[in-house]
Amino acid sequence: MSTPQQGNGHGSDRRRRLRTPPPLFILIPAAIGLVLFVVPVVGLLIGVPWGDLVALLSTEAVADTLRLSLLSSLAAAAISLVLGVPIAWVLARCRFPGRSVVRGLVLLPLVLPPVVGGAALLFALGRRGVIGAPLARATGLTLPFSTWGVVVAVTFVAMPLMVVTVEGALRNLDSRFERAAETLGASRWIVLRQVTLPMIGPSLVAGTALTWARALGEFGATLTFAGNLPGRTQTLPLAIFVALESDRDTAIALSLVMVTVSLVVLVSLRDHWWRRR
Amino acid sequence: MMVDNQAAGGSDRPPDEHRGDPSGWKRILAAGVIAVLITTACAGSPDSSGGRQELLVSAAASLTQAFQQMEAGFERAYPETDVVLNLAGSSLLREQILSGAPVGVFASANPAIMAQVAEAGHLAGSYEVFALNHMTLAVPKGNPGGVTGLHDLARDELLVGLCIATVPCGDFAHRVLAHAGVQPAVDTEEPNVRALLTKVEASELDVAVVYVTDTVASGGVDAIPIPDDQNVLAEYPIAVVSGSPHPTIAADFVAFVLSAEGRGILERHGFSLP
Repeated sequence: MSTPQQGNGHGSDRRRRLRTPPPLFILIPAAIGLVLFVVPVVGLLIGVPWGDLVALLSTEAVADTLRLSLLSSLAAAAISLVLGVPIAWVLARCRFPGRSVVRGLVLLPLVLPPVVGGAALLFALGRRGVIGAPLARATGLTLPFSTWGVVVAVTFVAMPLMVVTVEGALRNLDSRFERAAETLGASRWIVLRQVTLPMIGPSLVAGTALTWARALGEFGATLTFAGNLPGRTQTLPLAIFVALESDRDTAIALSLVMVTVSLVVLVSLRDHWWRRR
Repeated sequence: MMVDNQAAGGSDRPPDEHRGDPSGWKRILAAGVIAVLITTACAGSPDSSGGRQELLVSAAASLTQAFQQMEAGFERAYPETDVVLNLAGSSLLREQILSGAPVGVFASANPAIMAQVAEAGHLAGSYEVFALNHMTLAVPKGNPGGVTGLHDLARDELLVGLCIATVPCGDFAHRVLAHAGVQPAVDTEEPNVRALLTKVEASELDVAVVYVTDTVASGGVDAIPIPDDQNVLAEYPIAVVSGSPHPTIAADFVAFVLSAEGRGILERHGFSLP
């Protein structure tokens, strides 16, 4: 009950502080830095063939690509919720030897060039890979050059964002609430569902959205691991890359779709992302 | 409990702001030091290479090995020059040049792409064909898919890879397949021939259509020849790009590629000569 009130107090405090203009030694580098982010978007917007936009985007090939991108990125977000949140929980709550190594491994895809990640996936899960070969023999399923391969590649690259976001939230969580619920007789499952998860809700939303947006934009690992075939493994970024070499107008139109979708997600995310800070 | 927590958080803030001034100056100082380090580091790099002039050579991906030797040979003959290779699919290289990249020399795997760069007014002079190539089938060592010829590319159970049709090796592959009347069951269209070959080397693809030179360069694949009457001839043109920072060095590099030494390098890597 007291949470929203306290939240408001913080909000007005913050607003009051914003009224004093930032000092120049902050404002100038910030403005220079901002130019770096704004200029490419402006450049893209200038290049957009607005008159042909609808025609360029309403082809069957674009629909295929969009469908595949939405499917694989939503799958990555869902898998990250199911697998990434428990990883975050373990990293935030459990002390065990080698925890920092485990965290490093989980975060590796964030800093690794995606192409390297894709190659590593190929060596592990490819048709002749350490796990891929027995998997293919047992089930006949080969991941490379299949839509499943795309899902694996984008999940590999995007899931760390879920882990980071949720682990941070779990660390900042006051565990006394959970202990209170436990002393009142709640099972650990009930505590998780009715206390822990609701309290980190904003971070779950933020983690899901960031993971999804990253998965939507994934390029290198997808191309390296899953290849590039329209309708099966060609996601939006791959289609943009291919179109850039032959049909620049389509490439820019597709880029506009990516920028718009990503920006809408990140802007609408803002409230969830900052509320707890 | 919540109130306590929040209050504690709130009371943390004023001292934080209090300290703002001195620590702010320290931060600016630190940023300044970092900036100085970065600029001196950047300024230091040309010096460390002996003040050599940099020549950016954009070459088609299929020229990778041959042009790495060209680079070494040219730098031996012109020690004051530092050749930097920019290797990618020819059409991507074209896009870079058209958008004003400071390229000195362009070596394309396709005369049509070179002609587009010339039409756009980005060449200093004319272009010249310096090497020829043919297509072949590449299969993993031991040929696990039992590939014998082009007709096998229609087999659904094989994993078949081509270059994407917008780059020369993909364009040639489609022309070869059209000559042979084969409708390929393609599993991936790779953006350049190196990416395609890597997947054959890793046995992830059963067969791919690549250049003869690629199978010569790669120790990791076997080649199944394509008969001459179904094959196509790939011509590699080279030219000096206009607006190059060092046009005479660029012209020297082109002359080196066309020289006896350059031709020797090309032949060693499986190219034919015009």
